[in-house]
Amino acid sequence: MNPVWRFLKAFGQFWYDFIIGDDWKIAVSVVLALAVTLALYKAGLAEGAVTVIGGLLVLVAFTLALAIDIRPKTKK
Amino acid sequence: MNAVTWGLVAAVFVACIVEMVEATTIVLAMGFTRGWRSAIAGTIAALIALAAFTIAAGYALATWLPEAALQLAIGTLLLIFGLQWLRKAIYRSSGRKSLHDEDAIYAEEVEAARKAGDTKSGIDMFGFMVSFKGVFLEGLEVVFIVLTFGLSADNVPAAAYGAAAAIVLVLVAAVIARKPLSMVPENTLKFGVGLLLTAFGIFWSIEGLGIFRDGHHSLEFPGADLAILYFLAAVIALSWLLITLLRKPSRSASRADTPTASTPSDPPHHTSGDDAADSTQTTDTLTPEATR
Repeated sequence: MNPVWRFLKAFGQFWYDFIIGDDWKIAVSVVLALAVTLALYKAGLAEGAVTVIGGLLVLVAFTLALAIDIRPKTKK
Repeated sequence: MNAVTWGLVAAVFVACIVEMVEATTIVLAMGFTRGWRSAIAGTIAALIALAAFTIAAGYALATWLPEAALQLAIGTLLLIFGLQWLRKAIYRSSGRKSLHDEDAIYAEEVEAARKAGDTKSGIDMFGFMVSFKGVFLEGLEVVFIVLTFGLSADNVPAAAYGAAAAIVLVLVAAVIARKPLSMVPENTLKFGVGLLLTAFGIFWSIEGLGIFRDGHHSLEFPGADLAILYFLAAVIALSWLLITLLRKPSRSASRADTPTASTPSDPPHHTSGDDAADSTQTTDTLTPEATR
């Protein structure tokens, strides 16, 4: 394979690894937690409460992502 | 300097050491097997490309994005990046993933370089491109961290000084050692950086949600910057709890209790040195570093 093409492929892979990484569920959990936080703010919750709850939501979403990742897989 | 700036410099410094160690391993492997001329040329070309990318990306981000949008965009990326490092660190510390091994990566790079065949004349393209790719891609992560931390904390120079100090330290160590810097406790450093990136990422991404309100002003945490410390404490506590809960039982216990014990999912291949030696393996016994 052409070295330049190989580098471009690696560059694309870098951004994929950067955002999606080993586990796509991490990126999804972050986006979902932030979306729920925004929804809480739009629903009229106080700004201070929204920020603290939002931070905790991120940690809860991360924990859930890990729980899904390591759940026992049943044999087919 | 205030506490936030010190945290910023520390996070950038440690992250930069981790990435520089990985890049140095690749360049050393190419230098010793394919020749120093091509390895150094690839490294210099990558540093020039990185400088150009940093100036362009930094200017574009700082000029075109309002503050809250900048916080949301880079805070979210920082958070995803930090949680990915934290995930790996938690799996490694609980014995569910093998530790990062610079010696193994070095051996793989040397083997690949030997198989690539000789170049008849001029610069060795294999050594050049592998060195370029290694330095550029690992350096890109450093640039990203410097830019995101620097712009969000409105202190790019502090972040740049932290990165520069780490680069000088690793280069001096590599020149003295003349071998992969496997003595650097990379897994422990990555754990620390993952914790810091996650705490800062939470703070900035949530502040950045203010872009969606009238006036587009950032949201404010109770206690302002002190919230970063509260979240850092929360992330440390959660990580400790997860490591304790996920600690893999011994093989015999595992066989008896969970016949279909699962392992973390990983993609089949990686291109960067970061995961070359640790993508899909799990350890059966805890090493001293894993239990730290």
